[in-house]
Amino acid sequence: MAQSIQETQEELIEEFGLFDDWADKYEYLIDLGKKLPSLSEDLKTEENVIKGCQSRVWLHAKKQGDQIVFEADSEAVIVKGMISMLIRVLSHHTAEEIMKADLYFIDQIGMSQHLAQTRSNGLLSMVKQMKNYALAFSAK
Amino acid sequence: MTLDIQKIRADFPVLDQQVNGSPLIYFDNAATTQKPKSVIDALSHYYTSDNANIHRGIHALAERATTAFELTRTKIKEFINAPSSDQIILTAGTTGSINLVAQTFGRANFSKGDKILISNLEHHSNIVPWQMIAEEKGAIIKVIPVDERGVLDLEAFRNLLDASVKLVAVNHVSNAIGTINPIAEMIRLAHAHGAKVLIDGAQSVAHLDVDVQALDIDFFAFSAHKLFGPTGVGVLYGKRELLESMPPYQGGGEMIKEVSFEGTTYNELPYKFEAGTPNIADVIAFSAAIDYVNALSKEALFTQELALLAYATEQLSTIPGLRIIGTAPDKIAVISFVIDGIHPQDLGVLLDKFGIAIRTGHHCVQPLMKRFGLPGTCRASFAFYNTFEEIDLFVKALRRSINMLQ
Repeated sequence: MAQSIQETQEELIEEFGLFDDWADKYEYLIDLGKKLPSLSEDLKTEENVIKGCQSRVWLHAKKQGDQIVFEADSEAVIVKGMISMLIRVLSHHTAEEIMKADLYFIDQIGMSQHLAQTRSNGLLSMVKQMKNYALAFSAK
Repeated sequence: MTLDIQKIRADFPVLDQQVNGSPLIYFDNAATTQKPKSVIDALSHYYTSDNANIHRGIHALAERATTAFELTRTKIKEFINAPSSDQIILTAGTTGSINLVAQTFGRANFSKGDKILISNLEHHSNIVPWQMIAEEKGAIIKVIPVDERGVLDLEAFRNLLDASVKLVAVNHVSNAIGTINPIAEMIRLAHAHGAKVLIDGAQSVAHLDVDVQALDIDFFAFSAHKLFGPTGVGVLYGKRELLESMPPYQGGGEMIKEVSFEGTTYNELPYKFEAGTPNIADVIAFSAAIDYVNALSKEALFTQELALLAYATEQLSTIPGLRIIGTAPDKIAVISFVIDGIHPQDLGVLLDKFGIAIRTGHHCVQPLMKRFGLPGTCRASFAFYNTFEEIDLFVKALRRSINMLQ
C-alpha cells in the first residue's frame, strides 16, 4: 500500500524543515524541478497547457487501475519544482482522494506565495486542473 | 540643478520597507510609479474635507471639489502644453483614452478598406481597440516593422503611407524595451498623407518632455499612475476640431446639455466625453503629482534616469549569457533582458526573494515578443528615485540567482 496524501505532505514538510533560509529551500526546489522527467513532446499539446501561467505548463493525466497518474512539465524550473511536489503528493491516488485532498503542505513549507491569485502564477490553476481531472475520471 | 536622491526617496513612503528581509528595490516603474506623500495626502485630504459630487452642487463642498478637479485639468494642459483645458478629456487610463478615440473618431471616420497603421512595438491596449473597430468597419490594420535593435523601420512606414491611411497609432516610447520613437518625423510624414496621429504616451510622459503643440499631435493618451499619480485616471488630449467633430462616447449624466424623450443635445468639450461621476478624488490628487515633478525640474529628473540606464546597461553587460533586448540608440530607462537557458519567471521569483521588484513575462506586447522569438523577458525599469547602489545590489542578486538556476 502506497503512502497516503497526508503522509507525503508530512514528509515534504519534514524535508523543508531542514533548511534554514529561503535560498536553500529554493535551491532544493530548483533541484526537484531539474530532476522531474520532461514530458514527451507529443504530450505538450495545446489541450494539456494550463492557462493563466506566465511560463507554459503542461499537465497530462491518465488512469492506471483505480488510480490517477499525473505527468507535467514547465518551461520555468521553479514552477517545475512545485509541480514535482504536487505530483509526488497527488499522483497514484484515487479520484476521490485527490478531490478531497487539502494541500496544507504548500503553506507549511512557506511556498504559499506561489498560490497567490495573480495572472502570472499558475500553481493554483495547476491544482484546480489536477482536481478537475480527478472529477472527470470519477464521472466516467 | 542636482537632485538630492535621499531627500527625494523620503518623499515616497512605499520605498522605505523591507521585502522578504531585504530593503525593497523597486524596478517596476514602467508598470506603475510610486506616489509621493503629497499625492497620498491630497487623496486623504479630499475625502476628509472636501468630498462632494462636482459640477452640479451649489454648496461649499461641491464648489471646492469642482475647483480642485478643474485645477488638475489646467495643470495637465500646462504639463503637455495643450492650447486649452477643454481639450483635456479625463478618462480611466491610457486604455480608456485609446478606446474612446477608436469608438468615436474611428466609428465616424473609418470605412471599408481604410487603413490604420500601428507598430510592432505596441502594447495590447494600442492594438486591440483598433482591431475591434476595424473589424466592425471593414478597415485594415497594417503594422510598421521594427529592426533587431527594436527601432521602427521608417522606410517601411513611408511605404505604408498613402491616402487610404486614416490614422497612425503608435507609442511614444515602447513599454517593453524602452525605444523612443521619432514621433515628430512620423507625425509630419503622416500629416503629409492626410492621416491623423494618435500617440500613446503612457511610457513617455513621465520620462520625456511632451509638447503636444510643438509635435503637432492629433491625439495624445496617457495615465496618471505612470506619472507618480493615482491609478484610475487617464488623459486624452485631442485637437479641438477633431474632438468637436467626434460623436459622444458613453451616454449618461454630465455629458448632456438637455435631455428629453424625443432627443438629447450634448454638452460641450470636455464634458461631452465624460459621462457619469468621474474619479474625483484621484483626479484631484493627480494635481499633487504634477506639482511634485514640476518642482523638481523635469530636466534634472530625466538626466538622473538616463545616468541610471547607462550604468545598469554597463553593469548588466558584464554578466555572461545575458542579452539585452532593445538596443535602440534612443531609449528611456527601461532594460529588457534574457539569460541563456533561464526562464524569466524563475529570475523574477528569485529576485523577489532578494526584495527586488522587476517585471517578467510578455509585458502585454506578445507581437513584439514574437518578433524577437521570445516567450518573454525580464524588465527592469527605473525612475529618478532609484539609485546606483540599488543597481549594484540588483546585479549582485541577479548573479546569485543565475548561479542558483544553472
